[in-house]
Amino acid sequence: MKTNQMLEVKDLHVYYGAIHALKGISFHLNEGEIVALIGTNGAGKSTTLNSVSGLLTPQPGQLFFGGKEITNTPPQDVVKMGIVQVPEGRKIFARMTVRENLEMGAYVFNDRDHIEADVQHAFEMFPRLRERQKQLGGTLSGGEQQMLAMARALMTRPRLLLMDEPSMGLAPILVEQVFEIIQEINSKGTTVLLVEQNAQMALSIADRAYVLETGKIVLEGTGQELLTNPQVKEAYLGG
Amino acid sequence: METLKKLVPSDLNASKWVRMILGILVLALLVWRLVDVILIQRLYGPDTWARFAITGLIIGGMYALIAIGYTLVYGILLMINFAHGEVMMLGSFAGYFVFELLAFIPSPGPENPEQVLLNAFPVLSILVAFLVGMLVSALAGYFLEKIAYRPLRKAPRLVPLISAIGASIFLQNAAMLLFGPQRRTYLNPTLLDRGLGLEIPIAGNNVLVPYTGIFSFVLSILLMLGLYLLVQKTKLGRSMRAVAEDKGAAALMGINVDAVISRTFIISGILAGAAGVMWGVHNGLLNHYVGYIPGMKAFTAAVMGGIGNIPGAMLGGMTLGILESLGPAMLGIDFQLKDVIAFTILILVLIFRPSGLLGERLSEEKV
Ligand SMILES: Nc1ncnc2c1ncn2[C@@H]1O[C@H](COP(=O)(O)OP(=O)(O)O)[C@@H](O)[C@H]1O
Ligand SMILES: [Mg+2]
Repeated sequence: MKTNQMLEVKDLHVYYGAIHALKGISFHLNEGEIVALIGTNGAGKSTTLNSVSGLLTPQPGQLFFGGKEITNTPPQDVVKMGIVQVPEGRKIFARMTVRENLEMGAYVFNDRDHIEADVQHAFEMFPRLRERQKQLGGTLSGGEQQMLAMARALMTRPRLLLMDEPSMGLAPILVEQVFEIIQEINSKGTTVLLVEQNAQMALSIADRAYVLETGKIVLEGTGQELLTNPQVKEAYLGG
Repeated sequence: METLKKLVPSDLNASKWVRMILGILVLALLVWRLVDVILIQRLYGPDTWARFAITGLIIGGMYALIAIGYTLVYGILLMINFAHGEVMMLGSFAGYFVFELLAFIPSPGPENPEQVLLNAFPVLSILVAFLVGMLVSALAGYFLEKIAYRPLRKAPRLVPLISAIGASIFLQNAAMLLFGPQRRTYLNPTLLDRGLGLEIPIAGNNVLVPYTGIFSFVLSILLMLGLYLLVQKTKLGRSMRAVAEDKGAAALMGINVDAVISRTFIISGILAGAAGVMWGVHNGLLNHYVGYIPGMKAFTAAVMGGIGNIPGAMLGGMTLGILESLGPAMLGIDFQLKDVIAFTILILVLIFRPSGLLGERLSEEKV
């Protein structure tokens, strides 16, 4: 099992000033998996992803990617290694065009032809973005912004995709689309760590999942196990 | 929260009325002065107005270059770099010393044994002076950020502002200790002699447009064009825009945010350094205080154009240059009062249109 571990988080603590946001969490992702991290608002999900992305410093804690320690690696180097995050609230560049947003995703690369091929590939995957490529990011609808954020992340040619609450603020039909796309990305070989409050949807597509409560992992299991777990049912699936 | 919500609208309404009455008063005063000076007293002919306007454009170009530095840094760090005028001053000194040095070295050529390098190779001398001035200001900007601002990145917003004012005072005094308090005269190559220029006949009179002015204006336009292309078309420019919009998202795209901030200070420094050498070449005088007033004016220009907005800084700089040059004549007041005009404009802009000419309604949101 150790052999194909892609990401390993060991005893991760994170503080915001005096707030102890993560109280020693450990989990791992195997290559090719979709792993869900579910929990209510304020549980520490975004903090976890931002620690993996290098935006926050573990104090203490260790992170391994493909067996190599990446604790304290600056965010730009984390991206170069193949870990990309689609942040909560999408955070697309509102004053840049759709195409420029995609090109920002390819920031770590210099091979123009390859980048253009990636842009075309993103347009095939998200036809709406091709239509809107000259439009400013800020003028897109919520669903389109989520698509753009995902497409932009894929431009970094990631091996591991971190998704922070992709369903937030989207109509149910769009949520379904987004989750289908996540599965499609995964089926093409990208490992996915999916953070969600929408536990139902996340667990139904996850191979495995962890439940985070106020900075601690309280449960883990396969997606199916957790979907039928009475505790999870009561706390996260509305009884 | 509830009380806040109730209080704010009525407060806003009150200040709206005060602003409107103030606005009408200011406007009436302006119209009366303009009518009086231009139509009734007819103090100046068209040639004089043209001369004022040309002077305004030339100085405005320099304000614009400095103003871009304020706006770029504000766009990325949401802070006013009050030491930016001193960055310009250091560039001005650097250009001065290049000219002095080149005027000291005799030309090696056999034809003209009396000539010094400065006049034997004037174009090259000017190029070197600008390059050195830009380099020195770029380094000044780079180290300023590293030493005075970076350690305070996470501090409350007032803290780096105080640090900026401290850095400004420090640099002025350091320059005074290093170079002495005396006023120095910029030694231009004879090609850019401050007395020479193009004679343009306007309304029967010749208006002298100095070569130093034409040169400065053209160079500032070229530099602004270059900056525009850099920001819009290059990868560095895109990374600057991304960091200005959202540092976190930019970092998640693999952008080294600290490096982009450093580069922003370097670019601001390059433009300020060019303005500093222009200032010396065109106006001729220099001491450790030379950056202070242009710095404050350029800050005014940046606010006037909408702080954070690059075309706004360009437009603001040009507009301010022209307004302060035409203003005293238009209002029929003493020419010594042109500085007062600039700062009156700053106050009026802050009262009536805090987001500036081209500013979006972003400032409040960002603050
Ligand atoms: N920038 C911050 N400063 C201070 N506290 C924070 C900050 N970000 C998050 N927190 C706190 O850390 C805890 C975890 O937050 P977060 O990771 O955003 O939770 P989630 O993403 O699961 O909703 C919460 O108690 C939150 O209030
Ligand atoms: Mg969150």
